[in-house]
Amino acid sequence: MTGWGTATVAGVRRPVPQAVELRLDVHDRVQHLPGQHYVVRLTAEDGYTAQRSYSVASAPGDPLVELFVERLDDGEVSTFLADVVEPGDILEVRGPIGGWFVWDGADPALLVGGGTGVVPLVAMLRTARELGRTDLLRIAASTRTLAGLPYADELLAAGALVVATREAHGIRPPGRLTAADLVPLWEPGQTAYVCGSSGFAESASRLLVDLGFPAADVRVERFGPS
Amino acid sequence: MAGPTRGFLGRRRRDPRLPPGQYDAGRDWPVLTAEPTPRIAPETWSITVDGRVESPTTWTWDEAHRLPRSEYRGDIHCVTTWSKFDTWFAGVSVDTLLEAARPTAEAHFVMATSKTGYTTNLPLEDVTGGKAWVVWEYDGGPLPIEHGGPVRLLVPHLYFWKSAKWVTRLTLLQRDQPGFWEQNGYHDRGDPWREQRYQGD
Repeated sequence: MTGWGTATVAGVRRPVPQAVELRLDVHDRVQHLPGQHYVVRLTAEDGYTAQRSYSVASAPGDPLVELFVERLDDGEVSTFLADVVEPGDILEVRGPIGGWFVWDGADPALLVGGGTGVVPLVAMLRTARELGRTDLLRIAASTRTLAGLPYADELLAAGALVVATREAHGIRPPGRLTAADLVPLWEPGQTAYVCGSSGFAESASRLLVDLGFPAADVRVERFGPS
Repeated sequence: MAGPTRGFLGRRRRDPRLPPGQYDAGRDWPVLTAEPTPRIAPETWSITVDGRVESPTTWTWDEAHRLPRSEYRGDIHCVTTWSKFDTWFAGVSVDTLLEAARPTAEAHFVMATSKTGYTTNLPLEDVTGGKAWVVWEYDGGPLPIEHGGPVRLLVPHLYFWKSAKWVTRLTLLQRDQPGFWEQNGYHDRGDPWREQRYQGD
């Protein structure tokens, strides 16, 4: 496990409301695997620190590390990253972290993301593009509205099934992800990667297991309050 | 070590019950699990203590409930940086299970195994002396399944991934072996007051 290091903020974008995308030039960087995360630590003048984990959206071949941060109104780290950080700032970071929710780039995978839970799945998609192996991935994403989904254009361009729970999308009425959505995406030998809020991860992983997807082949990453 | 982060003020008042780098989750109890939640009927659950013991023993749900009841009231700390104050769990002390199984002189570590296959390793001294429980009650009611119900391990002085959900087996070992998260970069002991989050901390 790597220790604490530093990164220079190279870019700040706000592609969707209530979120910020940070492009970081990580000093002495260790290559990550798609699905891993970084920890960002903030230090106040009096020595007080706060740290949180954020998923990497970029592929290993990207010269910068891209973190996608959802801005939570009472989040002391995410509000700072979204409201205060500018290009040129130095941030203390640690990573990459996590050896379980990672895709090896070689085996078929079913990616199921809810809201900002698509971020590590986007890293997997970008890695597949780098490797020329997008044929290995099947992707389903659930969001309240299309405008609120991070990387929506990129996901749709990759053929992802996108369902919106609060608005009609094409001919599809508002609604949650269903078993019927997932059946056509299911192929033998897949590992499933489910990422999202605790409620989404619970219901999506249960859908898969109820369909007969082996529980041992379902990897789950949950975030946020229960 | 970098200096202060430009423009970061931080929270002004800090609760002394919070280990370094943690925040108070308040009434929330976040769920963090790497696998689908299993469905386990209490009638099919059991807890086994085996490995380096003189008398490997298994207790059913009913047998475990006839053991002396033991409670924990206090704080819990997750490596993902939330802490939760004033929790209340009840079940049986791990000391009670070990008294029956009788660890041998070679037993120095414990591997806890869940119904899902999840594992986590602990030094024996971290689960003895009133520091660890096998619990089935939270806040006076049944332990919810997403929090490890019907029965989980509780080792509240260590980061919470050590408190294996859906626990069914405690295996005493002579030598330490890494469990699930420990193989994936997390610390073998996980003391929140020393911030032992990752291997090498």
